[in-house]
Amino acid sequence: MNDLDVSKTLSVSELKRVAVQMRKDILYMIYEAQAGHPGGSLSAADILAALYFRVMRIDPANPQWEDRDRFILSKGHACPVWYAALANRGYYDRAHLSTLRKLNSILQGHADMKKTPGVDMTVGSLGQGICAGVGMALGARFQKKDFHVWVVIGDGEMQEGSVWEAAMSAAKWKLDNMTVILDLNRIQNDDFVENTMPLGQVQEKWQAFGWNAIRINGHNMQAVVDALEEAATIKGFPTIIIADTVKGKGVSFMENVPAWHGSAPNAEQYEQAIREVTGAAA
Amino acid sequence: MKSRYHFLLPEVEAALASPNFFTAVKKHATRYSYSESLMEVAEINPKVVVLDVDVGKSLKTNEFAKKYPHRSFNFGIAEQNMMASAAGMATTGLIPFASGYAMFLSMRALDQVRNSVHYPHLNVKIAASHSGITPGPDGVTHQAQEDLSIIRTIAGSCVIAPADHVTTKMAVHAMTEYDGPVYLSLTRDPVPFLYTPDYPFEIGRMVTLREGNDLTIIANRDLVAHALVAAAQLSGQGIEVRVLDCHTIKPLDEEAVLKAARETGCIVTAENNVIFGGLGSAVAELLVENDPIPMQRIGVRDTFAESGPYYEVIDKYGLTYPHIIQAAQKVLDRKYAFKNQMAKGEV
Ligand SMILES: Cc1ncc(C[n+]2csc(CCOP(=O)(O)OP(=O)(O)O)c2C)c(N)n1
Ligand SMILES: [Mg+2]
Repeated sequence: MNDLDVSKTLSVSELKRVAVQMRKDILYMIYEAQAGHPGGSLSAADILAALYFRVMRIDPANPQWEDRDRFILSKGHACPVWYAALANRGYYDRAHLSTLRKLNSILQGHADMKKTPGVDMTVGSLGQGICAGVGMALGARFQKKDFHVWVVIGDGEMQEGSVWEAAMSAAKWKLDNMTVILDLNRIQNDDFVENTMPLGQVQEKWQAFGWNAIRINGHNMQAVVDALEEAATIKGFPTIIIADTVKGKGVSFMENVPAWHGSAPNAEQYEQAIREVTGAAA
Repeated sequence: MKSRYHFLLPEVEAALASPNFFTAVKKHATRYSYSESLMEVAEINPKVVVLDVDVGKSLKTNEFAKKYPHRSFNFGIAEQNMMASAAGMATTGLIPFASGYAMFLSMRALDQVRNSVHYPHLNVKIAASHSGITPGPDGVTHQAQEDLSIIRTIAGSCVIAPADHVTTKMAVHAMTEYDGPVYLSLTRDPVPFLYTPDYPFEIGRMVTLREGNDLTIIANRDLVAHALVAAAQLSGQGIEVRVLDCHTIKPLDEEAVLKAARETGCIVTAENNVIFGGLGSAVAELLVENDPIPMQRIGVRDTFAESGPYYEVIDKYGLTYPHIIQAAQKVLDRKYAFKNQMAKGEV
């Protein structure tokens, strides 16, 4: 992505190219590790591309900058998508991508804020990242800082009670400096969400908890960008962007198949997957 | 000469001296031994039901759900609700096996485990896979290196950490019979088959796997195999080690520990768990009040581990057999120094 001038606002078509590169990197990392979670990484790739390459106020040369926007991948198992965004944005050398999940790596199986430059919160235990987001948003307000907190959660993750505890508290404190993006890919570990533990009327539930809820197609880059930019301007409520997505997006045999939640492709599958996500650029 | 070993599969005994024991022998993850055994106990006891938290695919309790859809309940990713619901089910006479990852059952749902399960002493069976550092690549958030210590501190708890497939199977049968809460610690990664299928298993009774009187190694779960390999190598140096499999860390088999203390004069404990509050602590607590002999502990020191292949991670964090051998040499030095001092009347 060296040819992109990130000092300017990237266009939607440039962001789409970024997302393609991120999908290739996700597949590469998980293939090299022979472990990891491709489905939920691929479903969130467009969202993270838009955040890291256009929406967030960040400085990859200064990952600890106090006034940076914060990002938390609360569904921490999908960290390959995070690592791909950070590597392409220049937080660390791409050479690290082949070390995912190996001994002595900066890229842990679930993201570790003390090991990976750019990772703002340690995650992996579902339902906690969103609570940490509440804390960061409160911290910003208390210290009169204007950074924004972005949190991506999973739909399976929404079954954790702590997600609803966070929802209540963000509404109580009117945390309009926090935006949650729900990666609604309809699948969790064992099965489809609907079979495991149905979520009911998702948008209405968040609204009932006092949130501004926007619903979009999470793979329509224009819609993603618009929703994120709009969310940052809404005052008086926290906003949730409910993004309808496809688990395994971009790889035909992974799309909508629960088995690809947490398994790695073999050599043949890897080659096909790379061909398919690359083709999507055309 | 009569073998010093008991209940070991002959091929395991033969492979112990091999430099590549862990790649040479057959292995099976005990999380699967657990779900396979569930099928057997469900057949025998109609009160057995299985509770999941969206990791049924990982424990293969989803096979149980296929066979017994009406005896299977997936709570989604909601460990706290599952645990307190299990307590409620137990009050109605069912025997719920609450299944999931050790990290989230012992820690996310710990309040429920203590106040809803143990305080009323309800008949809930907690089946915890990915116990200790047995998930390697997933990293620290999934490595439950504290679970045995935590559950052990709860009043009236029973904590079982079986070493292999056969022990796990026997433990599942025994805990179904047992009246009260039981925490069963299971491995994510495959561990060697060790036991012959007919060995006598009893909750709360250690197994003497190898006889010896120079020193005792007490181990549990995945480090039992490492203790055996360490003992085989030490035997080559003329040191005969007693190896005890402490599959039930609570209630502790005090008699076996005190006998080992008396007869071998020093003890090494080996656990893939933090050194605080687990097997090593249990043994030390008993010894310090009764027979304070030299002792060394193998366990995770005051640190978190990291991602990596299971064997490489536990090796880096000091848990594999070479570390046990070092601890054995150290404890023997201390034992003989202690004996010399005694002989000189200095103690
Ligand atoms: C508290 C907790 N319980 C269980 C797990 C194991 N786990 C990892 S991913 C996953 C399913 C997540 O589903 P979802 O939130 O829908 O994520 P996505 O589909 O985006 O991958 C589960 C159960 C965990 N990481 N944390
Ligand atoms: Mg999902």
